[in-house]
Amino acid sequence: MNAPVIELVGLTKAYNIGTPVEAEVLHGIDLSLAQGEFAALIGPSGSGKSTLLNIIGLLERPSGGRLSIGGRDTAALPEAEITALRGRSIGFVFQFHHLLPAFSALENVMMPTIIARGAPDDEAEATALQLLDAVGLKAHAHKKPAELSGGQQQRVAIARALALRPRLILADEPTGNLDTHTADDIFALLRAFNQQTGCACLIVTHDPRLAARCDRTIQLVDGSIASAG
Amino acid sequence: MRFRLPFAPLVALRFLREGRMQTLLILAGTTGGVAVIVFLTQLITQLQAQIVDRVLGTQPHVVIRPLEEANRRAFDDPAAAVVIEPRAQRLRSVDQWENVARLAAAMPGVTAVSPTVTGPAFAVRGQANKSVALMGIDAERYRRIVRMEEYMVAGRFAVDGTRAVIGSELAKDLGIRLEDKLRVALPNGRDELLQVGGIFDIGNKDLNRRWVFVTLPLAQSLLDLPGGVSNLDLTVADIFDAQAIATRLQGATGLTVDSWMQTNAQLLAALRNQTVSNNLIRSFVILIVALGIASVLVVSVVQKQKEIGILRAMGASRAMILQVFLIQGALVGAVGSILGSLLAFGLLNMFSAIYRNADGSPLFAAQLEPRFIVLAALVATGVGLASALIPARRAAKMDPVQAIRA
Repeated sequence: MNAPVIELVGLTKAYNIGTPVEAEVLHGIDLSLAQGEFAALIGPSGSGKSTLLNIIGLLERPSGGRLSIGGRDTAALPEAEITALRGRSIGFVFQFHHLLPAFSALENVMMPTIIARGAPDDEAEATALQLLDAVGLKAHAHKKPAELSGGQQQRVAIARALALRPRLILADEPTGNLDTHTADDIFALLRAFNQQTGCACLIVTHDPRLAARCDRTIQLVDGSIASAG
Repeated sequence: MRFRLPFAPLVALRFLREGRMQTLLILAGTTGGVAVIVFLTQLITQLQAQIVDRVLGTQPHVVIRPLEEANRRAFDDPAAAVVIEPRAQRLRSVDQWENVARLAAAMPGVTAVSPTVTGPAFAVRGQANKSVALMGIDAERYRRIVRMEEYMVAGRFAVDGTRAVIGSELAKDLGIRLEDKLRVALPNGRDELLQVGGIFDIGNKDLNRRWVFVTLPLAQSLLDLPGGVSNLDLTVADIFDAQAIATRLQGATGLTVDSWMQTNAQLLAALRNQTVSNNLIRSFVILIVALGIASVLVVSVVQKQKEIGILRAMGASRAMILQVFLIQGALVGAVGSILGSLLAFGLLNMFSAIYRNADGSPLFAAQLEPRFIVLAALVATGVGLASALIPARRAAKMDPVQAIRA
């Protein structure tokens, strides 16, 4: 067994802390994900999947418990380091691709590198072109997101998530608004990158068919883990 | 390796390009604001310089005169009721004027000193006589006070023996042409036959009718002021230093010293008021432009909420987002100042073609001083930066999760 990429111990999340309407949405989550693991996160709407994903993705801070990324406890890290850690080690794939409409597909894929290095360079461009080639979109590199189909947009988003070779890919219903055939393509693409690069993947999905094809299925019910494969 | 823009300017430019209509509107606003300020500043600076030049073209910057004579109380009993009659001021000489002239010439900022004897006289020809001001001068020195050679319409500005220079109105009134004779008669009974060696037109009918220039010795003897001068005329390097120099000279000599700023107090007040109202207009235009930039950027921050969230999720720091919006403000200001300066130049050209002086020459020159353009660019960029501050901070503070969900 490899060292865990992420490790959650007794993690809780509550909103409106200290007010009469305080609501705890995650109750003591214990979870760890090893390097190269490909896991599905399933659960009914409102079970806290997105919140959990945002916390693991360092977009939100937990209210209690511990979150380690690559063996590093994140609780004590200042805002700036959290931001840098997020940029370097985590790649996001959102349900609605969330590409930047003002930039071409190539520039979108380069963006994480531009942010990390402060400016674009030839190497970043070469890497981004390779990634676009790998997702089959080299010919569309200079098109704006609006000129691409839904499946193509999501493939650009995957290429972008991989730009900095992150240890962890977090995908929030990456195939949610795609037809079955395209969804299969996207899923296969994620799986292929997982096998090539050895990055851990955590994929939120509603589709039991896709969940069954993952190494592991983590089920979340009412803010607690019901089963963790 | 080709040049590539760093993150913040790259994203700022794309955001501006993406919000095409907004960017155009705010750029138009900034351009208009800068154009108004540059145009107004250039116009008023030029017009003021012209007015000052025209007024000072016919008078010295500083004049030194003897102290006025005053009656004093004969005895010092404060209880006594005393009426002090003001005295009539007779023509007197500046005491030891050569020394005073030397002292004035040595004063820093003074570029020329010219002794003058002036007194009233009548110009007589046949049955006609006109009241004039006899001006005894040294032509070489007086030229450095009033640029008389520029105003000559006939002959030269030179006085010698009984040769005199008179104004065009007096010449017309008395029917005098160059080299004609003219008699001046004084209230003390003296008179002299002059020969007209030059006729000037100084652009002021009153002065064209009154000034009669003769040599210093001739005026001295006619006015019973042998060896004396009634005043010393001074030119200074910086006209707005005139009052300070006058005050210093007064302290050093104890004489009456007047600067053009005192004798033309109304003009000076008018110029100052004009400058104040100009500054007021400029301040309001700057404020309006700043509010315009700020309001458009505030809207843009709300519109770009999602993009900001995505950038933050990909590792962009708060500082990077702050820079993106600050640069947008500065860019709008900088580009607006360039376009505004061009527009102002166009306006100046147009108005200088429309507005003309009485003699048909343009009222002002259609030129733009580079320092105004540089100043406008600096101010506009600074204002853009400052007005972007609030929207930029709002963008930087945005919570990435909220931003993406929106």
